[in-house]
Amino acid sequence: MTTTFFHKKRLTVLPGFKLSIGFTLLYLSILILLPLSMLFWNTMQLSWHDFIKIISDSRVVASYKLTFGTSFLAAIINVFFGTIIAWVLVRYDFVGKKLMDGLVDLPFALPTAVAGIALTALYAPNGWIGNLFPFKIAFTPIGIIIALTFIGLPFVVRTVQPVLQNFSTESEEASASLGANRWKTFIKVIFPELIPAILTGFTLAFSRALGEYGSVVFIAGNMPMKTEITPLLIMTKLEQYDYPGATAIAIVLLISSFMILLIMNIIQWLANRKYSV
Amino acid sequence: MSITIQNIKKKFGNFQALDDISLNIETGELIALLGPSGSGKTSLLRIIAGLENLDEGAILFDGENITEINAKERNIGFVFQHYALFKHMTVFENVAYGLKVRPRKTRPSKKEIADKVHTLLSLVKLEHFADRYPSQLSGGQRQRVALARALAVEPKVLLLDEPFGALDAKVRKDLRRWLRKMHNEFHVTSIFVTHDQEEALDVADRIVVMNKGKIEQVGTPEDVYDHPNSPFVYDFLGNVNLFKGRLKNGQLVHGSYTGPIDETLAKHDTEAIGYVRPHDIQIERTANLEGMVPAKIIFIHAIGPIVQIELHRQDIDEYLEAEISKELFHSLKLQRGEQVYIRPKQLKVFIPDDFSI
Repeated sequence: MTTTFFHKKRLTVLPGFKLSIGFTLLYLSILILLPLSMLFWNTMQLSWHDFIKIISDSRVVASYKLTFGTSFLAAIINVFFGTIIAWVLVRYDFVGKKLMDGLVDLPFALPTAVAGIALTALYAPNGWIGNLFPFKIAFTPIGIIIALTFIGLPFVVRTVQPVLQNFSTESEEASASLGANRWKTFIKVIFPELIPAILTGFTLAFSRALGEYGSVVFIAGNMPMKTEITPLLIMTKLEQYDYPGATAIAIVLLISSFMILLIMNIIQWLANRKYSV
Repeated sequence: MSITIQNIKKKFGNFQALDDISLNIETGELIALLGPSGSGKTSLLRIIAGLENLDEGAILFDGENITEINAKERNIGFVFQHYALFKHMTVFENVAYGLKVRPRKTRPSKKEIADKVHTLLSLVKLEHFADRYPSQLSGGQRQRVALARALAVEPKVLLLDEPFGALDAKVRKDLRRWLRKMHNEFHVTSIFVTHDQEEALDVADRIVVMNKGKIEQVGTPEDVYDHPNSPFVYDFLGNVNLFKGRLKNGQLVHGSYTGPIDETLAKHDTEAIGYVRPHDIQIERTANLEGMVPAKIIFIHAIGPIVQIELHRQDIDEYLEAEISKELFHSLKLQRGEQVYIRPKQLKVFIPDDFSI
């Protein structure tokens, strides 16, 4: 990182480096770093002992488990189906393809509360889909996973799609001419090239799900210890004007998200380093 | 393995890519498909490989109809212009790929695969590059890996689509020689596509000249170069001077030039074009022979053993290109700006139908 930084400074032929890097730093500071530092500032009002007590409260810990568990599962589901959708959108021509392509973005555009209400109506025990199942979907972790899958879908599709589009059919033809069948070609030639994009999509969907509030609160039922997600706990504390308590939990969420992003980036970096110089 | 191509037709939308192509290729031959872009040569190659479907016709390998068999069962090796290496695999893994994906029953053991890959890598002089990734190799090295990968499955037919098209001139020439050598060793029936006539003339046993989805001429390099059977082939294979004149009384008349023509054309009285290769233009200081035309030297390019001379005809406003040996050039003591006399030593007349240059 530092070497390229200095390289750029000395060798660049593009004008405006100082101006644009200055602007970028300022922008990121005001928009991201400053609000985040307020989190820490607010939490500092707590003693270390109180901080630990708040974040390790059994109700809070249950919410971590629920939030991370459902977000992870939702991201995994999205990786699977998102890749298939991206594949279909890139590889086949059919009537309504453009429409389908547009539909993928809908979870981005839809206010999350609207999504939450719609999903709850469908999956509630007396809803269209909910009454088809012998067990409850809404107001259980399954409902939360469905809501998180819904809002995370575009991330995987939109990261895998361009990679598939740019994938040269020659590699596939080479594989076929060497005697590989379609399945082996997919597993050995296509899929490895998709892994970085899939990882990125997974990370985005996962981190988005961690912070999701609007679409989940309706379908979750919000029973303490059972279906209460961490963002909801933060909201509850805020409503009780317990700002230090809310920020304390927020910090846990923030640091863990950051760690996950970091780990994913390291994995990607290791994967890429191998074959791209 | 011999290949028989019977009346193949292929359309892409409204574009007739291949129009009734028939061709016989003997076992062990090295064939060049030569033609300008859009002539259908790549389509034909891809159809032989099974990477493209055909609309009509049939392909026979050793007399057996394989038209309906798909690419992976045809046992061919295919080399792409842009290498198409698997970039997430090392050189070793790339070459081993075709053996590793075989069903368990026919798959060689790990050791056999490794031995085979190393033999092939030493054949393409890349034995020290086994652990590299394609992105760490030069273009010429990548294409050699691609060749080794294609040869690893012991194909009965090797198909190469503009294999040297993306490489620079020097590497191209090296690889060309090397391909010829490989072919002499392995004797696998090979077909390569090229738009470079020099490459085709240099490497192939036989050349198939294609134009607009049809085969113009098939023959040995000497054949097609010395006896082109159409104006297109004449023009496409090497440089050519045109004498756009008229047939009259069994002679071609063009400006102050009159020269003999084939007896088969003697009866005609029509527009005709004489084709003359630059090395078939004779240059003299005096008009000592019949049919000599005055011309002025406007440029001399004297690098190498062959001297290229550009001339401007004095009887009509047209330019000519001539090639003479350095010895002749020195004995004639030609200078730029001088007037000389020229005459085509050999001239082939075609009556244009709808063909025009």
